[in-house]
Amino acid sequence: MAQVETIPPPSADWKGDSDATPNFRALGKLSPPVMRKIEPFGAQFLAYARRKRHGRTFSEDDRIQALSKVKKSEDEDDGEISEPEDPMMLARDAKDWKGQDHYAVLGLSKYRYKATEEQIKRAYRKKVLKHHPDKKAAAGQDDENDSFFKCIQRANEILMDPVKRRQFDSVDEAADVPPPSKKEMQKPSAFYKKWNAVFESEARFSKRTPVPKLGDENSTKEEVEQFYDFWYNFDSWRTFEYLDEDVPDDNEGRDHKRHIEKKNANARRKRKSEDIARLRKLVDDCLSYDERIKKFRQQANADKNKRRLEKEAAAKREAEEKAKAQEEAERKKKEDEEKAKAEKEQSKKAKEAAKNAVKKNKRVVKGSVKDVNYFAEGGDASPRQIDDVLNDVDKLLGSVDADQLADLVSKLNVAGKDAGKVKEVFSEATGGLVGAGKLKESDLKILK
Amino acid sequence: MSDESNEVPATGSPEHYAIGIAFGNSYSSIAHISGEGKVEVIANEEGDRQIPSVLSYIEGEEYHGTQAKAQLVRNSKNTVAYFRDFIGKDYKSIDPTPCHASAHPIEVDGQICFSIRDTDSETENKVSVQEITARHLRRLKNSASDFVGKPVTAAVVAIPTDTSDEQKAALTKAAASIELEILQFMPEPIAALLAYDSRVPDSGADKNVLVADFGGHRSDVAVIASRGGMYSILATAHDYELGGAQLDQILIDHFAKEFEKKNKTDPRKNERSLAKLRLEAEAVKKALSQSTSATFSVESLADGVDFRSTINRSRYEILALKTFGRFTRLVEEVIKKADLDVLDIDEIILSGGASHTPKIAKNIEAIFPESTRVLAPATVTTALSPSELSARGAALQASLIQEFDKEDIDQSTHEMVTVTPHLTAAVGYQVSDQPADSFKVLIPAETALPARRSKVIDGLEGDVLIRICEGEREIKVTQSETMPKTNGTKDGDEDAEDDDDSDVDEDDEPEEIREKIWKPKQALAEFVFKGLPKKSKVEIMVNVDADSSVSFTARHVGGKGGVRGEIKAAEVAQNGSA
Repeated sequence: MAQVETIPPPSADWKGDSDATPNFRALGKLSPPVMRKIEPFGAQFLAYARRKRHGRTFSEDDRIQALSKVKKSEDEDDGEISEPEDPMMLARDAKDWKGQDHYAVLGLSKYRYKATEEQIKRAYRKKVLKHHPDKKAAAGQDDENDSFFKCIQRANEILMDPVKRRQFDSVDEAADVPPPSKKEMQKPSAFYKKWNAVFESEARFSKRTPVPKLGDENSTKEEVEQFYDFWYNFDSWRTFEYLDEDVPDDNEGRDHKRHIEKKNANARRKRKSEDIARLRKLVDDCLSYDERIKKFRQQANADKNKRRLEKEAAAKREAEEKAKAQEEAERKKKEDEEKAKAEKEQSKKAKEAAKNAVKKNKRVVKGSVKDVNYFAEGGDASPRQIDDVLNDVDKLLGSVDADQLADLVSKLNVAGKDAGKVKEVFSEATGGLVGAGKLKESDLKILK
Repeated sequence: MSDESNEVPATGSPEHYAIGIAFGNSYSSIAHISGEGKVEVIANEEGDRQIPSVLSYIEGEEYHGTQAKAQLVRNSKNTVAYFRDFIGKDYKSIDPTPCHASAHPIEVDGQICFSIRDTDSETENKVSVQEITARHLRRLKNSASDFVGKPVTAAVVAIPTDTSDEQKAALTKAAASIELEILQFMPEPIAALLAYDSRVPDSGADKNVLVADFGGHRSDVAVIASRGGMYSILATAHDYELGGAQLDQILIDHFAKEFEKKNKTDPRKNERSLAKLRLEAEAVKKALSQSTSATFSVESLADGVDFRSTINRSRYEILALKTFGRFTRLVEEVIKKADLDVLDIDEIILSGGASHTPKIAKNIEAIFPESTRVLAPATVTTALSPSELSARGAALQASLIQEFDKEDIDQSTHEMVTVTPHLTAAVGYQVSDQPADSFKVLIPAETALPARRSKVIDGLEGDVLIRICEGEREIKVTQSETMPKTNGTKDGDEDAEDDDDSDVDEDDEPEEIREKIWKPKQALAEFVFKGLPKKSKVEIMVNVDADSSVSFTARHVGGKGGVRGEIKAAEVAQNGSA
């Protein structure tokens, strides 16, 4: 194993593949690969999947990843503060610092109270770089006027001190948004837009945060109520020290100094109460134009009316139902009575008819004996015979009932004027009646 | 390699908070990435980081985790345990053995169900395994949400490598029913590997890792090729009858015999006694992993008799010798399956509850050379807890992908992306004036293509030839009379009965020395540098593309100009695209 055989260094006639690659020679091919599944986990796989899906090579992917990182750090430097500088402002006297707009001096007039400390710092730095007296001297403007530079310093001093900045913000009228006029509020959407801007600017004085928003026409009643509640009980940090008259030094007389101080305190108090009144009026105005309040009131009224109407309707319906039920009962009673009456009449008629029928039948029976000449054989019947027959017939008719009578009549009709047959019919009838015990055989004389 | 952001995003977008879930048969654990970007395993309301995957019902009330596990003694019929492997399977293909001591799985309309009284009423309900899973996941999700302080909506779930697509679908469905989106399923060995790799900032080293997951009722081992932070599984092996439960059984048998000797009753005959034995055996086994002796004590084990005994670790190791051998054999089996040698394995990660056992780690360490790192609590003091590895890895993956859309994730994990050609042979280099069979590996075999590696060779002088070639690994075996220190491989068979403390192996046969040797095979290209000054450094870079074309760059560090070259893709037929 311990051969000392080594790989020789390149021989003198070693030559590359081509002139383009004089120091390289390809010798063979790679063995065929085997297909395997790599497990899709871990950070390296994510990188692999990204390369594969986007068809990038290692170096391309490295470059794209690196680029995307560089851009991120550059983005942070964005957000420059550049505003045109008003020549009037540049010519300001530094002594009149109370009158100057510190935000405008630093080029932050579009941010104002919203400007962050970081923004102020950067804006100041930028302005210093530009307006430093040395810079001006270098540029050949040798007028030794560094008043604007002093303005910048003053602005920075005030804005970087939270207490002083608040005092300035309190009187920063440029940040105020005037309430809209009636004309401007004609469109309903304009109302919310304009007043929102007003309250947003007023909200900067609030000690309490977050400040509720005015909202829009879709706000709920609670939201609207909360909003007005908040603004009627507004807790403001606004102070007016900034507008104080300069207090003289002691040497001008203590009394005078105290007088000025007293005056200042009074002025502050007065301004504060004026401000409270102003805000109160502002909220009043807004409330009076707020369509939502009307809408809620109408809704409440509508609700009330609706309830009342519903109640009335219910009562009415009940009464109607009652009346209807009564009517129905009466109608039924009447109908019943009429029915009963009709039935009574009907039965009376029937009875009469039956009576008539019986009378008629009796007549037929009587007539039938007369037709057969009272069963007399030949010639006229003797009165005694007639009397006996009629007596028997009467007795028969007295004991017979209506049905039997009808039966008898029909049989007599069949018998016609044949005396024998008629007699047979009569005796049959009497026989039936005697059998039923209604007639006594002894009572009958001929019609047995 | 790209500069892909390695820093873990500390917090995801508020509407999407993803955690890692390791859902095991015996225990589950959950983890997330804490505010400082560190992995944190979440303890549930009872303070457990290992939450038993057990649900128990008493009069309509649901118990979960440790409380539910305690119910295995008194309320076993209404306690559901060991159900993970049943999800998404049909009744015919499941092994219900682990459920003997809890609610038994039954078949209802082709679905696997448990018949339990999970409501106030006296009647038993048939609850599908899907529903049980959803309830278990809901408890885990709630625990995580409570811990994190915001609702958890998504998760990466660690599962065994042999989980079928149906099982994944069933799991996804169960999770969806409780409004938990499963972003990705993660094989447990990959999760364990990622958990360890995330600890070192530059985890891109090329290595072969063996991950052994010794669980409660099954053991899975996998060989993973880790190349530049990308993982390919080379082989897996499973043993569904091997795990912590087998070790528990050994202790149960041991103590039951001892009890029987004194009291003439076999506590294993009584179901409740057996359940008590089982719980205590598990506790004793865990105690023995920490200390050298432990007390086994059960009140009213059988017939109202209390039982108390002690066992020391060596006694336990003798008792469990054969079972320990099965773990080692499983590891050897998977290496053989991967067509590798023990010498090829650079790192071994022991995962799963049974990996706490010191003897198992020691046994495995013994079959590997000294250069192989075995990451287990018994061998490396800085090792992570083996029970937490899967959850940690899943949490890491969750934090990496939680800001992507599900669609984006699916596209990236599509086979079009994941299936790639891998190198069959290692690519390395030779330098003139070195032995002819010398070979230094640049890109090892099984590296996913495209791949790029570079290397600085120093100490060069004069005219130098650098040859890039493919190489192959050979195992050289030499017999030696003298005893080597440790890196001899013990004969794999565990027949040696008396091996308790493995102090000295009085083997008569001469020990074999096995070495890994690289042999150059096929030359690919040559570079020449002429007239290099003394102690020059040359940097070579090899870039293998997915189509097997290779480009080379070599440059003299500090000098001007360089050499470039290229080999076009081989025209071999099977080299087509996927």
